[in-house]
Amino acid sequence: MTEKSLSRRRAIALAGVGVAGIAGAAGVGAALIREDEPQTVAADASGAVGFYGGAQAGIITPAQDRLHFVAFDVLTKDRAQLVRMLKDWTAAAARMTAGQDAGEIGATEGILEAPPDDTGEAIGLPPSGLTLTIGFGPTLFRDASGKDRFGLASRKPAALADLPHFPGDTIDPGISGGDICVQACANDPQVAVHAIRNLARLGVGVVSVRWSQLGFGRTSSTSTAQATPRNLFGFKDGTANLKAEETDLLKQNLWVQPGDGPEWMTGGAYMVTRKIRMLIESWDRTSLGEQEDIFGRTKGEGAAMGQAKEFDEIDLVSRNGEGDPLVKDDAHIRLAHPTTNNGARLLRRGYNFVDGSDGLGRLNAGLFFIAYQRDVRTGFVPIQMNLARHDALNEYIRHVSSALFACPAGVSGPDDFWGRSLFA
Amino acid sequence: MQYRPIIALLAVGTLAACSGGKSDDTAAGASGPITVKASDTACEVAKSSLDAGTHVFQIANSGSKVTEFYVYADGDRVMGEVENITPGLSRELRVELPAGAYQTACKPGMIGTGIRAALTVNGSAPALTEDALLQQATESYSRYVTSQSEALVQKTGDFVTAVKAGDVAKAKALFPVARTYYERIEPVAEIFGDLDPKIDGREDDATAALPFSGFHKIEKDLWVSGDITKDGPVADQLLADVKEVVTKAKDEKLSPLQLANGAKELLDEVANSKITGEEDRYSHTDLWDFAANVDGSQAAVAALRPALEQRSPDLVKQIDTAFTTVDSELAKYQVGDGWKLQTDLSDAQLKGLSDAINALAQPISQIAGVIAKK
Repeated sequence: MTEKSLSRRRAIALAGVGVAGIAGAAGVGAALIREDEPQTVAADASGAVGFYGGAQAGIITPAQDRLHFVAFDVLTKDRAQLVRMLKDWTAAAARMTAGQDAGEIGATEGILEAPPDDTGEAIGLPPSGLTLTIGFGPTLFRDASGKDRFGLASRKPAALADLPHFPGDTIDPGISGGDICVQACANDPQVAVHAIRNLARLGVGVVSVRWSQLGFGRTSSTSTAQATPRNLFGFKDGTANLKAEETDLLKQNLWVQPGDGPEWMTGGAYMVTRKIRMLIESWDRTSLGEQEDIFGRTKGEGAAMGQAKEFDEIDLVSRNGEGDPLVKDDAHIRLAHPTTNNGARLLRRGYNFVDGSDGLGRLNAGLFFIAYQRDVRTGFVPIQMNLARHDALNEYIRHVSSALFACPAGVSGPDDFWGRSLFA
Repeated sequence: MQYRPIIALLAVGTLAACSGGKSDDTAAGASGPITVKASDTACEVAKSSLDAGTHVFQIANSGSKVTEFYVYADGDRVMGEVENITPGLSRELRVELPAGAYQTACKPGMIGTGIRAALTVNGSAPALTEDALLQQATESYSRYVTSQSEALVQKTGDFVTAVKAGDVAKAKALFPVARTYYERIEPVAEIFGDLDPKIDGREDDATAALPFSGFHKIEKDLWVSGDITKDGPVADQLLADVKEVVTKAKDEKLSPLQLANGAKELLDEVANSKITGEEDRYSHTDLWDFAANVDGSQAAVAALRPALEQRSPDLVKQIDTAFTTVDSELAKYQVGDGWKLQTDLSDAQLKGLSDAINALAQPISQIAGVIAKK
């Protein structure tokens, strides 16, 4: 990597130029330039991930270790004010992902009488692979009464329809939905929190934080270069996840293609979030054999039942000596597998969470599930419907929050801003 | 100091309409006081056009509610006001008015924006330098504090009398009213060391040296046990402390920066202790304090307004819009001449108030920086 030797500023400038050049040559949409993803590469865990590019960073970027996710309600009725804030956010995001202060003056350089334009807790911290990814929720287009809030209703993609109720859902509306979301991922939790905090500060009066979630310990690998991590049930999670290197699969399953829906979403992806509370203590009383049967994988190696190694092909057909399927009919990996779901695949990017303990002394813990896809109607919805109906794991989990966002293509350069294609 | 035409327009207002431009300091003497007939539904000011100078308004309250009378400059900057005009009472307001466009307002029941009328003051007014505008801010806010102080002493006196008479119902009714005047001028009251904690401290702030006392001690007894038989000395001390604050406040001139920070801190108070119900945890009358803090913040901002208009007209617009949002959000919870209890609001309603306050506090937090810049 030559990037390692470049200064932070220089590396980003180069990344920006690269993208602009390719976009110019291709002449059209962002989706065409995703093969060259300068922003997906950071020199190391503390380095910067480029902000500008064909796709938004934070989707196929190798999953960082920490998450701060926030959903906002839009307060203003003034479209121009909202656009102004999105421009301010974009400028701040470009700066913060480069490891700079949120504002041009900085945390400590301003006059003593005015509040600083950066909050300061990231002073001295490296960029830490920070990515900021924006999405727009269904309620931004129409409110609960069906009113077109910002003249965007005609641009609402059909794929951004409200998710259906899934069997067993115990969704709390207070920590669900939202008009706009921002996913901050970084290898240092303070860097992720700093980014969300400053965006929330810049948005005061225009938006209001609806809910937010901290996460740690990525539960998916989004690149073949990463080892598969474990969730709080102790299992490797996301072995069969879509990965950055699988270009054709990404095109089929992840990136919105021309003609899929409104043009402004071409090159983007739809994001589903589900906060899945794990009933940790019950799980911990479950025998190893049952745990493995429920997942359909061995706990140690993470191999599918009947196989030796993690990445050995899953065999959903063969039966053991007693005539039972190697992978049980209600096993998690069978029900989530593409062959069970018309080939549907998701790019998962979830994180573990522990929000302290509940009043009964149980860990308030689980998985903050995030998945990106080309269309939820052929992606998350059929897969989750299948899981919600049959998954043996359901006994140990509760889905407590749910949200859906449309994440457009990337910001092409300093003149572009978050949501420009939507608000154009 | 650079001179910009817009300032002249602001300051002079109705210059085009003015005739001679003579300033007559004996305007009041020449034609007698300007009568104001205030009732629960009307506010008839005898004149709508005056010459620049000092004037005396004579306000007679024929209504059934306690009223207040204000003369406002642009942005509700208080030029003069008289509080606590009880039914049947007549009171005077002496106020110096340079040429310009003003509004008069009666506030029967003492809340809301009041019954307004336009008042034109004729004559020429010199364009003011930035320093002079900032100097005026201090004086303007000082007038506000003086008028609030007077009502504070009276209403605290009434409250104390009711407590000492053992009249629980009356004391409960007067509690949020007396606090209103205190909460409006808290930026000044807080300057004087231990006085604010003695008057307004909460139980968890109490120490051996500063035991639980003042408004909230009596509040707890009124609402929790209903036994105020032992509160006589606490009540007497409260009144003595309030009088001391008032005496000191009259000599205290807040600098423009202090005003800017005071305006912001009042909103922080709202955000952190009124919306949460922490302040009036026994009576739950937090929305009274909320409204009073917002009033006080608005008064401080209004005092700075001419200077702000000159330095950052956009910020002034932003602040005006945000105040309007807060007012309309708060108005949803008005009940008669008071407010709903904090505990009667749903979480979503409290979030709505919180969003409105934060949206206001953000631009207000920028004022100090604007004022400080040379």
